[in-house]
Amino acid sequence: MSMQFVMGALLVFWVQAVLALFRASQFVRLRYGVTMLTSVVILFAGMGFLLGSAPVEQIALPLGLPDIGMRMRIDALSAFFLIVVNLGGVTSSLFGMGYGLHEKRQGRVMPFYSAFIAAMNMVVLADDAFTFLISWELMSLTSWALVMSNEEKETRRAGLVYFVMASFSAIMLVFAFGLLAGANGSYGFDEIRQSHPTAISATIVLALVLLGPGSKAGVFPLHVWLPLAHPAAPSHVSALMSGVMTKVAIYGAIRILFDLVGPSMLWWWSVPVLIIGGATALMGILYALMQKDLKRLLAFSTVENVGIIFIGLGLALAFQANGMVTAAALAMSAALLHVFNHSLFKSLLFLGAGAVLHATGTRDLDQLGGLIHKMRFTAVLFLVGAVAISALPPLNGFVSEWLTFQSVLASPDLPQASLKFLIPVVGAVLALAAALAGAAFVKAFGVSFLGRARSEAAAAAQETDRFSLAAMMLLAGLCLAVGVLPSLAVDALRPVVDMLTTSGLPPQDIGPAPLSLVPFADGRSSYNGLIIMAFLLISGGMTAWFIHHFASDKVTYGDAWDCGTPEDSPLAQYTAESFSQPIRRVFGTSVFRAREVVDMPPPGELRAAQYNADSEDPAWRFVMNPLSRLLWQVTRRADILQRLTIRKYLAIVFAWLVLLLVAVTIWH
Amino acid sequence: METSIDISHFLAGAVLALSFVLLYQARLFALFNAFAMQSIALAMAVGWQAYSQGASHLYITAALALVMKGMLIPGALRWVVVKMGIHRQIDPVVSVNLTLLLGVFLVILSIMVVFPVAKMEGGIAREDLAFALSIILLGMLMMITRRNAIGQVIGFMSLENGLILAATGAKGMPLVVEISVAFSVLIAFFVFGVFIFRIREHFDTIDVDALSEMRGDAE
Repeated sequence: MSMQFVMGALLVFWVQAVLALFRASQFVRLRYGVTMLTSVVILFAGMGFLLGSAPVEQIALPLGLPDIGMRMRIDALSAFFLIVVNLGGVTSSLFGMGYGLHEKRQGRVMPFYSAFIAAMNMVVLADDAFTFLISWELMSLTSWALVMSNEEKETRRAGLVYFVMASFSAIMLVFAFGLLAGANGSYGFDEIRQSHPTAISATIVLALVLLGPGSKAGVFPLHVWLPLAHPAAPSHVSALMSGVMTKVAIYGAIRILFDLVGPSMLWWWSVPVLIIGGATALMGILYALMQKDLKRLLAFSTVENVGIIFIGLGLALAFQANGMVTAAALAMSAALLHVFNHSLFKSLLFLGAGAVLHATGTRDLDQLGGLIHKMRFTAVLFLVGAVAISALPPLNGFVSEWLTFQSVLASPDLPQASLKFLIPVVGAVLALAAALAGAAFVKAFGVSFLGRARSEAAAAAQETDRFSLAAMMLLAGLCLAVGVLPSLAVDALRPVVDMLTTSGLPPQDIGPAPLSLVPFADGRSSYNGLIIMAFLLISGGMTAWFIHHFASDKVTYGDAWDCGTPEDSPLAQYTAESFSQPIRRVFGTSVFRAREVVDMPPPGELRAAQYNADSEDPAWRFVMNPLSRLLWQVTRRADILQRLTIRKYLAIVFAWLVLLLVAVTIWH
Repeated sequence: METSIDISHFLAGAVLALSFVLLYQARLFALFNAFAMQSIALAMAVGWQAYSQGASHLYITAALALVMKGMLIPGALRWVVVKMGIHRQIDPVVSVNLTLLLGVFLVILSIMVVFPVAKMEGGIAREDLAFALSIILLGMLMMITRRNAIGQVIGFMSLENGLILAATGAKGMPLVVEISVAFSVLIAFFVFGVFIFRIREHFDTIDVDALSEMRGDAE
């Protein structure tokens, strides 16, 4: 049954996209509303499928290439990602019902918005390589169009880099599917599952997956497009791109590695995946710490979280290839739960950033400040997202990172010595990244919402509209719910994990208290969000009561920063730059070549002193720039081929023909 | 039966031999004559195929080859050359001796390519196919070793002769194919004709290398 609903909903999306080509600036709220309801339909279909453990459903649509058509399929994995995609779709559309009205060029947003959501759904549903690739490209193109919807100058560069990287990832996928083709060169996923690739071609597929879906998800150093493109889009689209589209890319990696290649996986594959995951997590959050653009900071934090998910996947790979299915199930549960959690809090944070952007007209942290007084609800909701992404209990981010650490603890049982050493190192890197994430979000929240306003615009900010608040409340509520009731979330994931690793977590009712999360069957550790939250509420409430009871009436008010030298300027506060200076000095001097130059005029000279801090991006410096230089040189060399005489072209064709004929002769 | 095959080999071999004759011509009119002779030999080869296979539609192909390529096209080219006062010398890019050596190599290559393939269905003799392939390759060789545009036209049409020979050697090739081949040759003739006129108009020469000046980036 789910399939019919989903197909109908997809049709509605596309019809809407076509309708939005006409008079896009009218009925904007209605259009977003319809998109939201359509997403709700698929969301419920996916939830119904997953919770009801329904049988796999397939459908072949008479579209696309002759004799091949378009095959789609819902299994547990697709159903889970349908939920992720459409939860993002629902909240972003709800936010759009308020925020989206302010868009100046509706014609550049509306037609692509619902098409984008539809394309992401189609990627998740695809059951053959053609459908997958076409949907993947539709997803890239529609999101590219959405990025290009704003007319700032830097958007053009973002669009170019995004376009190149998206094409690159699609080409890598084409090669990967080419290697995987089943018997008789058929590209249906069923046939691919039946055929078992050789170790070499399966390994090449792994490399292609890390390059293709990897670059789309944003692994270091292929993430370069992400912090340019995600912030450039309208904020509810940023939420979709960062919260959902990166997850669709991760879906591609999981589908190919764990489902299609499946039994052919080798244990040492986990080594590159873990190293890449660790590097991505650490570099992502270090980049994030350096940013002073709120949305860029969030985009880089997405890179970090993709790294965490890849660490989970790498652990699952290591355990799975060694036949340790329960440990693999644990790591896979952690990765999938983090996929879900990150989609929740990253959407929440981007929507919050959108509300701030609309209220103040800027994303520059050094122009914000003091917003907690003007935008009370947005501030609280943003804080919930920040706490969740910093992996603090009792919110959801803690649960999935805790599960990842638990599966790191299972690594001493692995037979390979190299993994025994590598995995604890990756675990330490993960811990460092988690701590730095906390710092990054203290900065994001503290500089924008606390203190005093640093600009007129920030001082004049107003609370955002009800639709936007409702969308953020929904997400914040879900963050809290998953954090407090993690065992229910993990139970819901059981069919997916079982499908990918042929095992699951132990039954969750063996914990010391009801609703505890238990990663190992011997019950050596457990986590209960409910108890933690109760403790936090009680202790926090008591502290508040004590303070209020004994101290509130003794408070006196004075001038801010009045430590003997009254200073009225908000510039006396910590800025985004100064907050991250210690961390930049520790990590940045080597990795980012960060330099600080202080230009102090000698006494008597009247010009102002200047402080300059600049840094270089290693991904551009060591990977992207050399690559583009190489490409430029090769094309310049090949340019000669464009300037030959007719006779020379004929001679080339002729020589090639003769060469092939000679080859045929020798071959016989 | 044996005699029939021998005769068809003889005629196809004659077409091939005339391809070599085409390769060493230094004057345009002699080139036209050689081409006309090759086309007449082709018409006879096709006519013999029509007779031996009992395929009456092949007579039409033979007649087309005889009339179009044996008479009309050489005549028309002669007229063009006289009318436009084109320089009647052909400048080879590669020396004639080397061209002929390359031609011999190409024939050997064709034989080595075709012979290992088992006898095909439909009764086409592998020798016929080797002849046809040689003629096609020689036609291409001629196109790239001549600077003169008219030399290239002739090379192209002798390549088409090879195609027709290959097509008629196979039993059951429908007439439609041959007619379309004949028409394509005709169209090619017109295209090349216009091409030659244009070059002549602009550069007072029909050396195709002069064309590169038009792009403004000649070496």
